[in-house]
Parts: sequence; C-alpha cells; structure tokens
Amino acid sequence: MDPPEELESIYLVAGRDFANAGRVSTAIMDALKRLGVDPELVRRVAIASYEAEMNIVMYALRGRMSLRINPSAVIIEAEDEGPGIEDIDLAMQEGYSTATPEIQEMGFGAGMGLPNIKKNADEFRITSEVAKGTRLFIRVNQGA
Amino acid sequence: MPILAYQKAVSLAQVRDLLGAEVFCGEDLSAQVGQVGAADLMSDVLALSKPGMLLLTGLASTQMIRTAAVSGLCGVVLVRGRKPDESVVALARERKIPLLGTPLTMFEAAGLLYMTIAGR
Repeated sequence: MDPPEELESIYLVAGRDFANAGRVSTAIMDALKRLGVDPELVRRVAIASYEAEMNIVMYALRGRMSLRINPSAVIIEAEDEGPGIEDIDLAMQEGYSTATPEIQEMGFGAGMGLPNIKKNADEFRITSEVAKGTRLFIRVNQGA
Repeated sequence: MPILAYQKAVSLAQVRDLLGAEVFCGEDLSAQVGQVGAADLMSDVLALSKPGMLLLTGLASTQMIRTAAVSGLCGVVLVRGRKPDESVVALARERKIPLLGTPLTMFEAAGLLYMTIAGR
C-alpha cells in the first residue's frame, strides 16, 4: 500500500510586523477550508495557529510556520529565533505573561495564548532555549 | 467575557436596527445571531468564543478582524462610536466579516441585545 499522501506548506513570519500578524493563520485556514476539512477542526487549527503566530510577532525576531495535512491529522509547527522561554511550566500557566503594555493595548498578552493552543490541540509540545528560540508542535487529529 | 446562549436568535439586520448601527461592511446581514460576546481582550475571544458568535468590542484593529476570522464569528459591532480605519474595513471585507458600529457603549449595546434575545 502506498504511504498516505501528505501536503506541506511553509510560511515565514516577521517579528514585530503587527500589520501583517495573522496573515499566515488565515492562509492556513483558507487552505484547510479548500481541502474540505471539517469546519470545527479548521477552527481549532486556525485559533492555535493564530496564537502561535501572534507569539512570534510579539516576542521573536522572526519565525517559520509549517502546515502539514495528512488523512489522520493536521500538524502545525512553529519555530522562532528570539528570546526563548526560561520557565516553560510558568509560561503554560493561565494568566502568566511577559507582554509589554503595547502588546496588551492590542488585546493580547493576557497569558492565555499557550494554554489556549494546548486546549485546541490533540497533541502539543513546546521546547525552548533561552536567547535562541522556541519551537511548538501542534497536532489536531482528523476524523475522531 | 460573558457568553450568553439565548432562546431566540435575531438577524444581523435586526441587530443593526436595534443598536442604531451603521454598517461599515457587510452586504448580507441575514446571518442569525444566537450568541453574543463582549470583549476588548482578543485573547478572551480566542479562548472563549463559540463559532457564529457576534462580538461587541471597542477594539477597531486589524488583529480584531483576524481574531474574528479565525474564531469563525458571524460579525462584529464596534461600540461607543469607534470608527475603523480603511485598512480594517478592507480586511473585514476580504474576510467577509460584517462590521457594524454603534454610538452606544458596550454596556448599553450588550444590555439591549440581552433584553431582546433573552426575551426579558
């Protein structure tokens, strides 16, 4: 039997580029809709992806996001060059944030992004190295 | 952010009339509103909203429209007379998110919708 078909797209995200923040996630959302992925699953992926994208824009210098789609799952990976996260357990706590007032004025930085990514994912992994960057792995299963 | 599930749905056109709202974009206001949320914190919308919800907000930014798009909201009402920039309206049009504006405050707009939809 042939291996399952897998599609992959790569997107670049610029740090501090607030005018374009969210563009990658809406592109991902449109791609999934075009492929006829279940709308509730599209929504979970889009929200998780948007939170990840905003984190790159708000905190990192630059980043890269990838979207992979196969018959069993949609997988988003986000990788950035930036300050990294010193204490991941603390960053995963709802309400903990290192956001600046500028970020908060835009309606973000409430310390809810990472927990919300986890909530929308079937599998979530985060690794980080201080002064280097952060990597996220987000998997949402298809066909429950 | 309060999320209210109502007994009665109203159309976006009825919401416009009820709130004396102007329409910045959205040709088709026939979508039925079953839930309304009020928030300025986009993180709350991303974490707590339900698909098809109507958002009342004072935040007239492109991030707000992106948030509405990824959350699958049926529309947005800007409160207390906030006017969106052309870039915000253009994005709302592109993402097909009806964008309305009311002179009422968040409290007044939410109260009116609650009384109407909850049938008090």
